[in-house]
Amino acid sequence: MTVVEDARDEAPPWVGRPVPRKEDAALLTGRARFIDDLAPLPGLAHAAILRSPYPHAEIRAIDAARALALPGVLGVVTGAQIAEMTETVPSVVRTAPPYRPIAVDKARYVGEPVAVVVAEDRYLAEDALDLIEVDYAPLAAVTDVMAALDPAAPVLHEALDGNLAQRRDFTYGDPDAAFARADRTFRLDYTFPRSSATPMETFGLVAHFEEAPARYTVWSNFQGPFVLHPLMARALRVPGNRLRLITPPASGGSFGIKQAVFAYIVLLGAVSRKLGQPVKWIEDRLEHLIGSSAAGARAGTVEAAFTEEGRLLGLRYDNVANMGAWMRAPEPASVYRMHATAGGGYDVRDIAISNRLVLTNTVPIGLNRGYGGPQFYFALERIMEIAARGLGLDPGELRRRNFVAPDAFPYECAGGSKLDAGDYHAVLDEAKRLIDYDALCARREAARAEGRRFGIGFAVGVEPSGSNMAYVSLAQPAEERARSDQKSGAAASVIITIDPSGRATVQLCSTPNGQGHATVAAQIVADALGLEPDDVDVVTDIDTQRSPWSIASGNYSNRFAAIVTGAIQLCGERAADKVRRLAADALEAAPEDIELAGGRVRIAGVPDKGLPLARVASRAHWDASTLPDDVTPGFHETVMLSPDVLGPPSDDDRIASSVTYGFVADIVGVEIDAATGRLSVESYVSVHDVGPRMNPAIVEGQVWGGFAHGLGAAVMEELAYDEAGNFLAGSFADYLCPTATEMPELIVGHVETPSPQNPLGAKGMGDGSSMLTPAAIANAVADALDRDDVAPPFRPMTLWALANGREVRPPAPAVRDDGVPSGPDVLSGAGEVVLPRPPDAVWRMLIDAEALARLVPGCERLEETAPGRYRGEVSIGVAGIRGRYVAEIEHTSREAPTRLVLRGQARGALGHGGGGGEVRLEPVGEGETRLSYRYGARVGGKVASVGQRMLGAVTETLIGQFFRAFAAELADEAGEATSFWRRLFGRSDPS
Amino acid sequence: MKPVAFEYCRPETAAEAATLLAEFGFEASVLAGGMTLGPMLNMRLVRPTAVIDISRLDELGEIEVAADHVLTGATLRQADALSSAEIAREVPLLARALPHVGHFQTRNRGTLGGSVAHGDPAAEIPLALVTLDGTVQLRDARRARRVPAREFFLGALETARRPDELLVGLEWPRAAAGEHVAFAEFAERHGDFAIAAAACRLTRDSAGRIARIDLGLGGVEARPRGLTLEGPGDVEEVVAAALDGVEAMEDRSASAEYRMDLAAVLIRRVVEAAG
Amino acid sequence: MSMVRVKADDRHRVSLTVNGRRRTGHAEPRMQLCDFLRHELGLPGTHVGCEHGVCGACTVLIDGRAQRSCTQFALQAEGTEITTVEGLAEGETLNRLQAAFRDHHALQCGFCTAGILMSATHFLREVPAPSEAEVRDMLSGHICRCTGYDSIVRAILSVAGEGGT
Repeated sequence: MTVVEDARDEAPPWVGRPVPRKEDAALLTGRARFIDDLAPLPGLAHAAILRSPYPHAEIRAIDAARALALPGVLGVVTGAQIAEMTETVPSVVRTAPPYRPIAVDKARYVGEPVAVVVAEDRYLAEDALDLIEVDYAPLAAVTDVMAALDPAAPVLHEALDGNLAQRRDFTYGDPDAAFARADRTFRLDYTFPRSSATPMETFGLVAHFEEAPARYTVWSNFQGPFVLHPLMARALRVPGNRLRLITPPASGGSFGIKQAVFAYIVLLGAVSRKLGQPVKWIEDRLEHLIGSSAAGARAGTVEAAFTEEGRLLGLRYDNVANMGAWMRAPEPASVYRMHATAGGGYDVRDIAISNRLVLTNTVPIGLNRGYGGPQFYFALERIMEIAARGLGLDPGELRRRNFVAPDAFPYECAGGSKLDAGDYHAVLDEAKRLIDYDALCARREAARAEGRRFGIGFAVGVEPSGSNMAYVSLAQPAEERARSDQKSGAAASVIITIDPSGRATVQLCSTPNGQGHATVAAQIVADALGLEPDDVDVVTDIDTQRSPWSIASGNYSNRFAAIVTGAIQLCGERAADKVRRLAADALEAAPEDIELAGGRVRIAGVPDKGLPLARVASRAHWDASTLPDDVTPGFHETVMLSPDVLGPPSDDDRIASSVTYGFVADIVGVEIDAATGRLSVESYVSVHDVGPRMNPAIVEGQVWGGFAHGLGAAVMEELAYDEAGNFLAGSFADYLCPTATEMPELIVGHVETPSPQNPLGAKGMGDGSSMLTPAAIANAVADALDRDDVAPPFRPMTLWALANGREVRPPAPAVRDDGVPSGPDVLSGAGEVVLPRPPDAVWRMLIDAEALARLVPGCERLEETAPGRYRGEVSIGVAGIRGRYVAEIEHTSREAPTRLVLRGQARGALGHGGGGGEVRLEPVGEGETRLSYRYGARVGGKVASVGQRMLGAVTETLIGQFFRAFAAELADEAGEATSFWRRLFGRSDPS
Repeated sequence: MKPVAFEYCRPETAAEAATLLAEFGFEASVLAGGMTLGPMLNMRLVRPTAVIDISRLDELGEIEVAADHVLTGATLRQADALSSAEIAREVPLLARALPHVGHFQTRNRGTLGGSVAHGDPAAEIPLALVTLDGTVQLRDARRARRVPAREFFLGALETARRPDELLVGLEWPRAAAGEHVAFAEFAERHGDFAIAAAACRLTRDSAGRIARIDLGLGGVEARPRGLTLEGPGDVEEVVAAALDGVEAMEDRSASAEYRMDLAAVLIRRVVEAAG
Repeated sequence: MSMVRVKADDRHRVSLTVNGRRRTGHAEPRMQLCDFLRHELGLPGTHVGCEHGVCGACTVLIDGRAQRSCTQFALQAEGTEITTVEGLAEGETLNRLQAAFRDHHALQCGFCTAGILMSATHFLREVPAPSEAEVRDMLSGHICRCTGYDSIVRAILSVAGEGGT
C-alpha cells in the first residue's frame, strides 16, 4: 500500500485512500433500509408461491378451492391466469422457447412457480399453499448436460427437437493450421458444477398496479442490468414509462444473482393486477436455493496446441453449457462473456469455439459472481497446467512465455477484445515473490518425500469489466443480427447537484449491493470540488421515473470502477468548471486560475483571497439573472457517457466486449490428507492489477470476497440435483458455504498499470478472484494427486476417493435387472426379520390387501385395484416429521411363497418418491419365517431438498420400523405381545 | 417459511408438561432450545397441534452431582454445561464433545436434553452419553422410568421415548481415577453434524495396555453405537470390534465405504489421544 | 404464575424490554421472534437470512446471550431483556465494536452485520481477550458472503484488549 505523505502542503487526493465508508454508519446501527423494511403503501398483502416438487411434470389441474376458502386469503393466481395477462420474455437465441416466470401446462424444474397465493400475512399465505391441490403427471427428467443431448433423453420443450437450444461454431484465425503445425497438443474433458452466490438478503419486492392509465410501480432489490426493464414492461403489456421500478436504499448483496428478481417483478406485477391489490413478496431462503438462479454448470473439452518450447499456437473449446430449464434473459450471456477474450491473457491468434446451449430440468441460470469466468478459466488454466507438465516446463514459466507482452498494449485479441493496459509478467512475478515460490516448491518436495499429498496450482487471467451491451448478440448469427437494430456501448450516468445551501449530492444509477459506490463517488467528487467526502452525499437508489438511467445501468460486470467512475470524474470536473466560472466572476480572475480546495475557491498563488465554495456555487440558484453568460442557472450537472471502445460486433463475430481488463495471478499450495480427504490450503497468493486503487480497503474487501466465493465453489458449494432431477441442496445445511473457520489466509498483492480507458486509470474489479480460484485450486489438487480427472467441488469424500483410487461416484445403473434401483443418490438398504408364522401364512398376508391394511403401521386405507396392484394411504414419519402419503404399489414378480418383487411410488405434502424392493421368505425354526428385504428408492420434494444428510438413515429406520412392526403385529395377533407400534402409528396425521 | 398454527403451552412444572403430553401425545412438539425443532417448524416438516415450551422449567435446568453420576436436567443449555466446572471435572468427555456441538450462538440456546430427545445419528451429545453408558430419565403423567442410553436410540430420529413421555434428565457416570477420555469427529465444516465421530473412555493397566474401554461411534449408523471392551489388546482390535457388523449410512457427502474408513481413522485417533 | 396456554389463532400480548425500553406487542403463538421484533415492534435492524438457524443474521441478545431469533417464538420472549443492533450505539456515536467494523472494512452489504455485532458483543464479554482461532470459532455461526471474514476477525480482535493474543 502506498504511504500517504501528510507532510505535503497540499492535501493529498481522497481517491487512492482507504477512506472509511459512508454507507457504514447506517448499516452498523440497524438504520439502513432494505426491501423487507419498506412498507411504501398502505394495505399491503403478502404473497407466497407454490412451487413444483417435481423436476418435470404435466400440470393437469389446479384446485385452489380450499385455499380460497381460508379466512385471510385474498386470492390465488395460477400459471394459466398469468399467461393470459402477460407476454413471454423472448431470448436473443431465437430458437429457444420464450420464457415465462411461472409454469403453465407443465413444470420443468423443482421449484418452478406453479401458483401464487396472496393473503393478509405471509403465515396465512403459506397455510393456503398447503391447501392447493395440483394434479401432476410426473415425467422423466434430465439434469446432466451431456445426458440431455442424448437423443433418448426426455425433452423439456416440445417446440424444440431435443434439448439443444442452439449450437454456434466460431473460428478466429486458423486453428486447424495451428494444431497441424504444433509439436504437442493437449486435451482435457472436464465438468464444472452449478453453484450459487447466495447473498444474505434474498429477493424481495412490492408490486402495485394502478388503472387508467395502466401503470405498475414496483419496489424491488433488482440490481440491473436495466436492459431487462424493457423486457419486463413488454411482458407486463405496458410501455416502458408505465413500469416504474424503485430500488431500496440498501441491498443485502447480490453478486449478480438479483438480476433474476426480474422474473418475479413480472410475476407479482401480474398478480397485483389480477387481484387489484398491492402485494409484497419476500423470497425465503428455501425458495432462493431451489428456484432463484445459478451459475451454470458446464461440460466441455479444451485443447491446446504448443511448440516444443512452450509457445501456445492455438486453442479449441467445445463448451456444452447447462442453461437450466429456460433460456432466461440475459442468457446466454454467461457463455459469451469471455468469448472475445478466449485467449485469456495469452497472445494466441488461432482459436476455435463451439458453444452448445442445452436445456435441462434445473433452475434457469443467470448472473452470478464471475459470470462465465470460473467455467472459462477452469478450462483454459487447467489445460495450461496440463501442458506445462507435458512439456516439462514450470507452470509459471509456460504462462510467462505466452503472456501478451508489456509493450503490446493496447492489444486486440483474436475475438475482438481490446486489452487496455497491463504488465502480466510483473503480476505473476509479484505472486511468485509473495508466496516465495522456490520455498513452496521445496516444501512440496519435502512433503512428497514423506508420502504426503502436496500440490501447487497456478491460475492467471484477465478480468473483463464494463460489458458492452452488444456482446450477448454474438449468440445470433451475423445475418440474424443484421435484421435487428444494432446494439453497442454501455451508458453510465451521473448527476451532481449543488443545492441552494451549497452542499453537493451525487446521484448514481449503479445500484450497489455493498461495494461502497457511495464512498468512492464521494472521494472522486470531493477531489474535484475541493471538499471532504463527508461533505458529499450520494444517492444510490434508483427510481426509473426520476433517475437518469439507461439500459446498461445496474451493478454487474465490474462496471462501476470501469465505467461509472469515469462518468463521476467527468461530472465532477464539469461541476468544478461551473464553480470556477462562478468564482472567476466573483473574484475577478480567470477561471483557469481558480483553485478548489478545503471547501473554498481561491486564486492560485493567492491563498488568502478566496470564498467558501458553498457561497459561490449557490449563487447559481439565488442570483440566476446576473450569472456570467456561460453559466446556466441552478446547479445540476449531468454526465452520460459510453466508452467509445465498445462498438457493435463485426460481421465476423468479433467484439470489444469490455472496457477494461484487469489481470490476476494466483498461486496456491494445498495438502490433501489421504486418510480423510481433508483439503488444507496451506498458502494462497493473489496478485491483482486493477489499475490505481481508488479505495484500497474496498479493493481488498472485493478480493477477499471473490476469493471466498471461488473457494466455496471449488471445495464445497454445489446446487446439486440427483439424476432424476430431484433437488438436493435446499437449505444452508445442505448447500454449504464457507464460514470463518474454513477460510485460509490469503495474501493479496497489487501491481498497478493505469487504464487509458478511464480518466482515473481505474480498471473494474471484484470478479477476478471468483473467476480464478476454482481453477487454481483444481490445478493444485491435480498436482497433489498426480491425476487430471479432478472435478470440483473438492469435497472430502471426492478427494478421499481420488487419493485412494476409489470411485468418486458409484457407477450409475439406474435400475438393476431385478427392478430394485441402485446407484448415486438412491436410498438403498437391506434387512431381515424373523416372523412367528410359516412362509405360506406370511405370503398370504403380504399379498392380501385387507391383511396388509391391518398390519401396515399407519395405513389408513389399502385396496387392490387390479391383481397385484395396490393403492393406499399411509401416515408415516419419524419424530414429529410425519405426513400422509398416497402410495401405489405393483407386484412385478411373485414366486409364492419365497420371493416377491415390487415397485411403487408415493406422494405427500413433504415429498414424493419411487422405488422398488425385493422380499424373500425362507422357513426357519418351527413354523417361523425369515423375511429378508432390500430396497432402493429415490425421494424428491421438500424432504429431499432440505434433508439430504438424514434421508438415507430415516428411510432405513422407517423401513426397518415397518418390518419390525409387521413382526410385532403378527406376534400380537398370535397373542404374544402387545403392540406399541400400533399405538405409534395408529394416529392420523394432524394435517 | 413460516410454521403452521399451533397452540402454545408453557407449563410451570415438569408434571404439568407431562399432563399436556398425555393430552396431545403425538400431536405435541416439546420445545426446549428449539435449535432443531425451530427450523423443522419453520419448514413445516413438523406440524404440531401444540408446542409445549419447557425452556423455562428451572427444575429441569440443574446440574446435580450424585454418588455415581452427574444428573443434567433436560433443559440445561449446552453453553452452561460447557462452562460448568462440575461437568469439566466429573464428565470430561462431555466437556470435550460440547465444543463440537453447533456454534457459540446455538449452544447459548440449545439444550442437552433436546439433542438427546431428537436422536440425530450424528449428534455429539447422544454419542457422549452412549459412550459413557449413561442413562436417560423419562416421565409421563403417572410415572418415571430410566432407560440406558445404549437402548434409548432406536434409529434415525427414533428413540425409546413414547409420545406421552417427557425427557427430564440425563445421568452421566462420573469420571474415575485413572480414566482417560477423548473425542474426535470429522465434519465437512466446523460446527456441522459429523460425517463420523468417535469417543472413548479408557483405563490402561500398569504396562500401558488398554484394560477397559468404552467406545462410541456416531454419524456412521442410524443411531450412535456404544460398546465396552474389557482388555482389548491393541488399537486395531478396538477398531475391529467397534466396526464389527456396522453397516454405514450413505448420503451425498459420504459413501458407506468412506464412512467406514473415517470411522476407523477416528477410533484410532481417540484411542491414541486418550492417555 | 400459572401455566400459559394460548390458542393457535389468539393474538397474545407480549411484554418485554428491548434496548432498555419496556415494550409490548401482540403475537400469535407461531410468530417468529424475528418477525415480532421487525414488524410488530418496528425494529428492522435485525435481519432474516435463512429462517432455519444457520446463517446467524437474526442473532440478538436475549438476557445477555447471543441467540438466533428465527428459531424461537415471540411468546417465548415474554419478560426477557432483548438487545438488538439498534441498541448498540452510544447515543449518536458508534460504540467501539461498531467503529472497529467501520475502520476495518468489516462489512460490505451489511446484511449479516447486525447478527455478527450481537454475537461479538456477547462473546467479548465472555472471552475478553480471545485468540484469532476463538474469534473464528465464534464467527463460524454466521454466514457472510461479502467479506471472506478476515476483516471481521481483525475488527473483533482490535477491540479485544491489545488486539488479541
